[in-house]
Amino acid sequence: MTLGFPVGSDRPLGKFIMDRRDFLALSTFFTGAALSPSIFGKAIAASQLQDGIEIAVKKRLADAALAAATAAGATYCDVRVGRYLRQFVITRERNVENIVNTESSGTGVRVIADGSWGFAATNALTEDAVAEAARQATAIAKANARTQTAPVQLAPTPGVGEVSWRTPISKNAMEVPIADKVDLLMSVNDAALGAGASFVNSLLFLVNEQKYFASTDGSYIDQDVHRIWAPLTVTAVDQSTGKFRSREGLSAPMGLGWEYMDGRQEDKFVLSNGLTTYGKSYDMKEDAIAAAQDAQAKLKAPSVKPGKYDLVLDPNHLGLTIHESVGHPLELDRVLGYEANYAGTSFATLDKRDAAFKYGSEIVNLFADKTQEGSLGAVGYDDEGVKTKRWDLVKDGTLVDYQTIRDQAHIVGKDASDGCCYADSWSSVQFQRMANVSLAPGKTKLSTADMIAGVDNGIYISGRGSFSIDQQRYNAQFGGTVFYEIKNGKLGPMIEDVAYQMRTPEFWGACSAICDESDYRMFGSFFDGKGQPSQISAVSHGSSTTRFDGINVINTARSLG
Amino acid sequence: MSILTEAQAKAILDKVIAFSTADETSAQIGGGIQGNIRFARNDISTSGIVDDIELGVQVAFGKRVGTATINQFDDASLERVVRRAEDLARLAPENPEFMPAVGKQTYQATDTFSEATAALTAEARAKIAEASIAPCRDRGLIAAGFLEDGNTFFAHANSNGNFGYQRTTVADYTCTVRTEDGRGSGWVASNVKDVAAFDPAADIQIAMRKAAASAEAQALEPGKYTVILEPAAASGLISFMMNFFDARSADEGRSFLSKQGGGNKIGEQIMDPRVNIYTDPRNPVVPTMPWDGDGLPRDRVKIIDGGKVANLQYSRYWAAKQGKPETAGWGNTIMEGGTKSTAELIAGTERGILVTRTWYIRMVDPQTVLLTGLTRDGTFYIENGQLKYPVKNFRFNESPVIMLNNIEELGRSVRVEDGSIMVPPMKIRDFTFTSLSDAV
Repeated sequence: MTLGFPVGSDRPLGKFIMDRRDFLALSTFFTGAALSPSIFGKAIAASQLQDGIEIAVKKRLADAALAAATAAGATYCDVRVGRYLRQFVITRERNVENIVNTESSGTGVRVIADGSWGFAATNALTEDAVAEAARQATAIAKANARTQTAPVQLAPTPGVGEVSWRTPISKNAMEVPIADKVDLLMSVNDAALGAGASFVNSLLFLVNEQKYFASTDGSYIDQDVHRIWAPLTVTAVDQSTGKFRSREGLSAPMGLGWEYMDGRQEDKFVLSNGLTTYGKSYDMKEDAIAAAQDAQAKLKAPSVKPGKYDLVLDPNHLGLTIHESVGHPLELDRVLGYEANYAGTSFATLDKRDAAFKYGSEIVNLFADKTQEGSLGAVGYDDEGVKTKRWDLVKDGTLVDYQTIRDQAHIVGKDASDGCCYADSWSSVQFQRMANVSLAPGKTKLSTADMIAGVDNGIYISGRGSFSIDQQRYNAQFGGTVFYEIKNGKLGPMIEDVAYQMRTPEFWGACSAICDESDYRMFGSFFDGKGQPSQISAVSHGSSTTRFDGINVINTARSLG
Repeated sequence: MSILTEAQAKAILDKVIAFSTADETSAQIGGGIQGNIRFARNDISTSGIVDDIELGVQVAFGKRVGTATINQFDDASLERVVRRAEDLARLAPENPEFMPAVGKQTYQATDTFSEATAALTAEARAKIAEASIAPCRDRGLIAAGFLEDGNTFFAHANSNGNFGYQRTTVADYTCTVRTEDGRGSGWVASNVKDVAAFDPAADIQIAMRKAAASAEAQALEPGKYTVILEPAAASGLISFMMNFFDARSADEGRSFLSKQGGGNKIGEQIMDPRVNIYTDPRNPVVPTMPWDGDGLPRDRVKIIDGGKVANLQYSRYWAAKQGKPETAGWGNTIMEGGTKSTAELIAGTERGILVTRTWYIRMVDPQTVLLTGLTRDGTFYIENGQLKYPVKNFRFNESPVIMLNNIEELGRSVRVEDGSIMVPPMKIRDFTFTSLSDAV
């Protein structure tokens, strides 16, 4: 019943249908994984998930809004006609707890009038309704203009006419029969239980955003965006000692179709001790068995001795560190103070870019990329019609750039947006969201095995654990999913209770080696939270296995007495 | 349109139940008007109104359940949403943990609605933003804040004849004030049912004072300190801990409330005897809906009584399996305190650190509910009952369970966060700060 009845009964400010807290209650095993609210739309039958709104209908709606806004005095207008589909299959042990199909569709209209922004949205898919929303948005813009101290300056972007883009998937996950999905998750859970799991939760979370964008610049952009996530958590309990340990799956949410579940051999990355992590496809059953074995091993693993260690970080761990310590501080709106009351500001102020601030060691190259195939952030055009691209943020260790959108580009002297504007729904106003921010692989040949062979006293970390960082992105603490001691160039036994503490520039300054391109993989999150009211965004972070020297590791074990 | 009366809501829910061919049907309808205004850099940045109603329908054929929702209310749409839920239920495997819908219940209405809040206009929101921005502009400070208000209704019904309807209002305000050079930052928050109890002109002064006073922060060594946690700072840890009072997880051996050898810690002393935590839908400060998500009527329940675990939350399935009485899920948390304000706690403190708020709190170890996070927007060193100087922000690694064993004194409990929790300011010894942060 958890899913059916969370409708805002205790939280009048929540999204009406479901927010992240409900989602947590629903799935129970996302502790720490999610970053912010999610939105569930209208549930629909599986057979309807493959249709879309006809493109001619979308164009008529868009033209009605553009015309109404212009007639009302708007100097700029963009229209987003969206249909957002999700599907969830949720299990624990041998039970399917819920199967849910959701849909949300409607139109958001954004205008500039008298130099100010205005926004309004309607779920009614009629020309009258979207025209009325356009007039409302224009009226709000004019009202806001009265106290505005500086008019909006929009960096130009060319109209592209009628174009379309689709996530390059080979199999639409929405089209896979429910029975196949149930069978997969049941086989995963059975495998985990057979391998020593006390408990197992597994889930499929599928997303399809059908987005149509039109603007007074002359663009009509139809996009079909697909994402997939297959998380699992295994828990082992030793009642005699009262100890319990969980091990999350080592998959990543991806901008891929059902082919992600193929678990192809060439996408597996295997350490000398057998630990397997995954690239562009995932073997969920294999990982479930490993998770059960690891959870049991964690119950007996020795506790880490605190101190300084050289860390060897797997891409599926390092991605979250990149997200928090690079992706967020280099969002221009945060730098400028627009997020001061919520997510915070940034230590990476504009004067630091001007002074060629050393963000990391010479080998550190961090780039933003909205075009990376398989990534969560990949689209052809962003939510204000700007063609996506790749650009450098940190070059040879030096801070060179930020992520920005059309109305803030001029503040950093850019004549074009970076194309990272996004809204999580037709009913949310689009704003600057993090692009995929990734660490470029090392330029010289280096395998994970060779990297480990060079470490005398270190720890290998894979997967995400708890993560926390301050509001200017200086001081962070990260855990992980699995930890192995490295002694004299050899991977040792599993250890537990590991978290490392860091200060962003020193951490990246301690980056001493990066594996080559053959080791490059992506980490991802469906739940990057930002803005008020809060919106979510899905983003990937790529890297190869990377070494950081002399990092402070604490022991997180406590006793409740 | 957006606020349905009880009769309007009931008419829709009755139709939905009549359309259903399933063995049982539950439906709920909720929505209303949410207004917001956001400002930053001493200017309004966005403002808007969201106006929406959603209908959710859950049906069961035997132990097969399906759920669908819609936001159109003509007869054809109502029938369609029922058929969709039925289609999903037919696709679902049987859930052995299925629980039939609750029977007809009696609810005692709770006082969750205020006319004044429901009547908030866009002009009123703009005035609140201006009351925050203007004094900051005058003093060379920079304000960023957000006001969101909700005027909503909620109704539910099922095929066993159960029905409930109630309206709710809330206004939630936060404002961060920073010095122009970015070296000082202060914060204030207010969450009210009735905007008559909200005074942004007074609130902004708190954030401004903290911003100006925190600019010359000194670095203290990390370590164990006596701290005074303001209610917002304490609630960050306590509300996090309250997510882990699930009986099933405890009984399954995977909770800090699991007992070594099996079972849970009900009846065990786990905190200082001065700790009393309960839930009560009729509490006048943090009233909540009189029913839970399953439609069970809520009542006052002791959670921690004299430092002992008094009750855990049982789902209907787990209560039945464990032979426990069926009780409603908790809707609010009330931690009792004393009579002193935060200022009075400071006045009685020889040496300590005042924490305005806690931020980015995450679970480090569920075994001990060890949490990490940071102080933010006003951290001060206290000496001889006075705020002596601002200090740099700290990262903490602390368990609320350990914290509530290290109580020196509790102050007066107040409504914080989203209006579903009351927490006192608290003086705690040996609070564990593990590193310094340069963030302001």
